[in-house]
Amino acid sequence: MYPFFRSALVACGIPPATDAARLGSPSNAESNSMRVPDMKSEDDAKTDAMPETTGDGMSEVQASVRATLRMSGAEIFLRSLEAEGVEIVFGHPGGAVIKVYDEMARINPKFEHILVRHEQGGTHAAEGYAKATGKVGTVLVTSGPGATNTVTGIADAYLDSVPIVVFTGQVPTALIGNDAFQECDTIGITRSITKHSFLVRDVRDMAKTVKQAYHIARTGRPGPVVVDLPKDVLLAETEFEYPDEIDLRGYTPPRVSEDRPIRRAAEMIAAAQKPLLYVGGGTVNSDASEFLTAIARKARIPVTTTLHGLGAFPEDDELSLGMLGMHGTWCANMAVQNADLIIAVGARFDDRVTGKLDSWAPHAKIIHIDIDPSCISKNVYVDCAIVGDVRNVLERLVKLVDECGTNDWLRQIKAWRDECPLSFEGTDGRLRAQYVIQKIREKTQGDAVVITDVGQHQMWTAQYFQFLHPRSHITSGGLGTMGFCLPAAMGAAFGLRGTGKTIVSISGDGGFVMNAQELSVCAAHKLPIKVVVINNNFLGMVRQWQELFHDNRFSHTDLKSTNPDFVKLAEAHHCVGLRATKPEEVAGVLDEAWKINDRPVLMDFQVIKEEMVFPMVPAGASTGEMITKRLTPNAFV
Amino acid sequence: MANNVTLTPQQIIRKKAQGEPIYPDETVHENRHIIAVLVENTIGALNRVINLFSARGFNLESVAVGETDDPSVSRMTIVTTGDDRIIAQVNRQLERLVDVLESVDLTEHEYVERELCLLKVNYTSDNRSELMDTLEIFRGKVVDVTAETMTFELTGPTKKLNAFIGMMRAHDIVEIARSGRVAMRRSLQFGD
Repeated sequence: MYPFFRSALVACGIPPATDAARLGSPSNAESNSMRVPDMKSEDDAKTDAMPETTGDGMSEVQASVRATLRMSGAEIFLRSLEAEGVEIVFGHPGGAVIKVYDEMARINPKFEHILVRHEQGGTHAAEGYAKATGKVGTVLVTSGPGATNTVTGIADAYLDSVPIVVFTGQVPTALIGNDAFQECDTIGITRSITKHSFLVRDVRDMAKTVKQAYHIARTGRPGPVVVDLPKDVLLAETEFEYPDEIDLRGYTPPRVSEDRPIRRAAEMIAAAQKPLLYVGGGTVNSDASEFLTAIARKARIPVTTTLHGLGAFPEDDELSLGMLGMHGTWCANMAVQNADLIIAVGARFDDRVTGKLDSWAPHAKIIHIDIDPSCISKNVYVDCAIVGDVRNVLERLVKLVDECGTNDWLRQIKAWRDECPLSFEGTDGRLRAQYVIQKIREKTQGDAVVITDVGQHQMWTAQYFQFLHPRSHITSGGLGTMGFCLPAAMGAAFGLRGTGKTIVSISGDGGFVMNAQELSVCAAHKLPIKVVVINNNFLGMVRQWQELFHDNRFSHTDLKSTNPDFVKLAEAHHCVGLRATKPEEVAGVLDEAWKINDRPVLMDFQVIKEEMVFPMVPAGASTGEMITKRLTPNAFV
Repeated sequence: MANNVTLTPQQIIRKKAQGEPIYPDETVHENRHIIAVLVENTIGALNRVINLFSARGFNLESVAVGETDDPSVSRMTIVTTGDDRIIAQVNRQLERLVDVLESVDLTEHEYVERELCLLKVNYTSDNRSELMDTLEIFRGKVVDVTAETMTFELTGPTKKLNAFIGMMRAHDIVEIARSGRVAMRRSLQFGD
């Protein structure tokens, strides 16, 4: 009877007393999963001998106890990603993560791994994927240079609130701090540009850390999370159990705000004569576009958006004022300076929007709806702060607002719009970027997903494209990273595969070259991206500043001698290359490009270099001091 | 919004533009605030909090860190200076960190604060008794003595330490080591 009782204990997962003493450490005793004692002993020999005398049911249970899998940390990592629902990982292998790639080849996980050619490209691809789909982007790189190459992308995600998780390899824990091969202090380097970071020191924490990383990245105000994986942790073995619940006691993102501030906001809106909605990227992140449109139309409040908010409110509506800020439209900036109530929805009062803070919106009371409490009253004092998820707040607010008497205000805004509309010279037969963008807009009818790089073309796209849907405009706003466009377009294309959406990537000649290596990755995966290169052989935006503020001293902004032949570059990367140098050729090039659907098409539009982005609020100047046209119109013609 | 909140420069300009009066207690002035923070006791948590101050340009006067009764939690006491808007930002940015479990600005409440100071002076037979008398007035202790130098230890609120060090400046100070301030809220049982 006594040996039967001991084997029954083993079958229930309670180790006999002697084995428990040998197993020792407290976490073993706490864990719920069945434990297989890994040291052979006479007790094991006894349980092995048991099956004959105790019957078939008991032997099956004992067999399952012994069959509990111990996996390597790398396999646990991959299975955690599967359990988290990850669909795509952008990565580049290396020595520190070679075990992960080995396990990937062996177990063939449910997600797809895309091999990128530069880790910065991989990080921007994860950002493009996250912005286009609303899911969390994933990056997997090796230690040392692999990790440092992702720093630019992580900083970009931090400033633009994009949810990505970057898994970096690390040297074995015993070698950390020893200046080992390909070692760098990834957590230290990325400390100020991540929402949070983890260094996994024990393989038993691996699954929990992956779950926590994704939770932190996607909840509250989204942001990048770095997880450092030392090589010996990836090689060590333990059981895999994906936790059901998150256990982060220091992190409770606010979700639902109280009723009182929302009622107060509704009262302020009812009392306002000249209200204005200032819409930012938080509205898009929160999928609040339908409620925003409902509020704007119900209460007849004009809407102006930031660079990231473009598309949250359809720009062909009569209430839409376009973008505001440094390169915003005349009527949007004038509306801000004359409004008596500004409702900021998911925006952060960036310095590109406000210009000189002292004189920004001098007559307006401000309502601020944001999920991040540290954003409230950071730059601009707000009269009514509502901390919570934007979609949830707008859903409750739309029931409380009514039409306010804004007819005079709307008439005034229309007068401003007619006073200084966006325009460019179109009759002298030379090709301009604005014309190209308008032609693309006609071709796509506003139904494409447009990804832009950084510079003059970015501002012209924001002004002229007229976005209609949220998540149709992806750009690098806060950090302004050149080279963002092509890899982000690749990520967006992966995320929107099968939806039939056209992906248009618009970049300048300066930024395109920085991450052009990802073209062959796009070609290999047959992504039909329309790659538009606005080629003026200059660093256009810097050139504009040099012309306006530095007496035309064009110091190192001429790219003519260092630009490649873009058509040949596209063909070298197995894509199609087309070129247009005159306005008449543009429509033909676009038609030909839209016919190709199995690989990227690069269109090199050679535009004139002397164009400037207007209106412009000079840096540090008040928003009311806009420059609307060149002071000496015939310069450089 | 509330009447006892100081105004930002932008608010002052807005009020002037609308012709509203500005009261003297509404103009901006800087305060010293003492914040008690409970953080996870993991490698890098302390680093993250300090980094927050340097990265955002907040003024960090002193930091004191130590264990609590829960081995997984450390307690930091931070002293910072700034106007109301900056202090509000400091508090909110601290709460935003994932490693920070709780952050309390003690300045508005009743609190106990203590700081430790070790001070080494050169003495001669002339001023020895004067030094010892001053030390006894402040209720400090002598922890080290040689033929030329004495080392004093003093614990107390920062004002008391400042006063003591001020008195010692008349003599030949060799070295001063001050720990940061540690503070804790009072559990009020009695009123005025």
